[in-house]
Amino acid sequence: MARRHSAGELSYYLVIGALATLALVILVGPVLVVLATSLTDSRTIRFPPQGFSFRWYELLLDPVRSRQIHRAAENTIWVAAMAAGLATVLGTAAALAISRAGGRLGRSLDAFFMAPLVLPGLAFGLAALMYFTILGFRPSLELLILGHFIVVTPFLLRTVGASLTQLDPALLDASASLGAGRTMTFRRVTLPLIAPGIAAGAFLAFMASVDNVPVSLFLSSARTDMLPIRMWGMMESTLDVRVAAVSGTLIVVAFVLMLVMERLTGLTRRMRG
Amino acid sequence: MGGRLGGFGPALPLGLAYAAFFVAPLLMLFVVSFYTDEKMTEFGLDQWRRFLLDAFHWKVVGDTLMLGLKAVAATVVLGLPLALVYRAAPPFWQRALLFVAVMPLLTSVVVRTFAWIVILGREGVVNKIVLGLGLAADPLRLLQTELGLVISLTQIEMPLLLLPLLAVMSRIDPNLMDASASLGASPWRTLFRVILPLVAPGLAAGCLLVFASATTAFISQSVIGGGRLVYLPAMIWQQAMVVSNWPFAATVAVTLLLSVSAVIAVIAYAGRVAGGRIHG
Repeated sequence: MARRHSAGELSYYLVIGALATLALVILVGPVLVVLATSLTDSRTIRFPPQGFSFRWYELLLDPVRSRQIHRAAENTIWVAAMAAGLATVLGTAAALAISRAGGRLGRSLDAFFMAPLVLPGLAFGLAALMYFTILGFRPSLELLILGHFIVVTPFLLRTVGASLTQLDPALLDASASLGAGRTMTFRRVTLPLIAPGIAAGAFLAFMASVDNVPVSLFLSSARTDMLPIRMWGMMESTLDVRVAAVSGTLIVVAFVLMLVMERLTGLTRRMRG
Repeated sequence: MGGRLGGFGPALPLGLAYAAFFVAPLLMLFVVSFYTDEKMTEFGLDQWRRFLLDAFHWKVVGDTLMLGLKAVAATVVLGLPLALVYRAAPPFWQRALLFVAVMPLLTSVVVRTFAWIVILGREGVVNKIVLGLGLAADPLRLLQTELGLVISLTQIEMPLLLLPLLAVMSRIDPNLMDASASLGASPWRTLFRVILPLVAPGLAAGCLLVFASATTAFISQSVIGGGRLVYLPAMIWQQAMVVSNWPFAATVAVTLLLSVSAVIAVIAYAGRVAGGRIHG
């Protein structure tokens, strides 16, 4: 069926197409720019990069000259693993309770647990600093873990909650009618079915903790330095090209992890909700 | 106990953890904002008086909320067309687009901020192009301007808009588009009268996340915006960590919390109203 394209149709496809292309360029371009910049041979950050070398990555790997960055990276990974672990255990249990309860009470409980996602992180970061200090605690990795745990828990509730809504109740009834107790049904039926949702949520929580600025800004200290805060310091002072090398490393690691998680759990579909 | 509340048993540990490490600190923040002095010995309204009676502070509140709204507007103008393309794309391209949309979310905010320094700087990508094409005689000043900051926040926050938006887009029944077209509606009319009302809840959810994230994006604001552009997060950090005036820092933080929550409530309400006209 041949149809004449009216002016309205033409303008629609032109405008939408152009804006969508611009959106893609803006989303992807910066990532490529960072990767290219990190391979420069010069001492300054500029684009296009001058020459090609891995010298900034070599400097980044140097255990003596990049000791502070290594320490910050270790702290960041440790805090992220512990915070994501805590969030996975407590968040999954809470998501189960919410889905079982349902109704108005379940919905308001869900909204309460999701609150850290929309409340300004900076206000919570400052609140946590004051709270722990007034209670007499000194800055430590444990406090960072607790702070990060609160802000990353919503990711677990979202992904586990989504898997639970897709769970067929008939399977649970079948398990019960075959004589399985609640614990048995949970371990043998529910848990295997929601496992990909739990894994996706744990991964997102881990990445969100690695990325976190608002809480680390207030709860980290010289002894408990965190990677994003150290990178901020490097950007504000000398604009060391190692910032580009750290960024390049983070991009490649995130990309690889994401591909792996996509294969294992269908991550992007789960994030889309 | 038992009965209905008994079902919430597994949620109890998380509830207690939130009470101790989320609710209690926020309550403490409110309390601290009512101390009169930096030593925190006496209660009074001095900090609030100092904050509210100074026109400069009101300007900072306004600038912060405007920055969030500008970031929301820019992400919608670019993100909505991308979502429309996504809706019409074949499955393989849908997966590729989804991957591209999610990818920046997993590369640190600090990395994305750094990328924009390279792009917007005096010797950056944009100036290379502008000078190369002879569009300007001197390098444009983009770093340390609000324009540069909004451009950067558009990329930094766009994934937060796209995720919920793509979710509702993929649930639209394609028959509705066909019906609208066969009844003689132009694509523009279909967009505004059919698609937008259907995606309103997802769009509102995305706008809400972008607004919340852009208004609290301290590192992007301070590195790209520079010292001359003052927003609430920089003020909180300055007062808490440099001047060490906790009561005043708490006052500013409570202001950020309340003003951002108020705008978020409005966006959520608008999404419900716009969605409600269709879903009934």
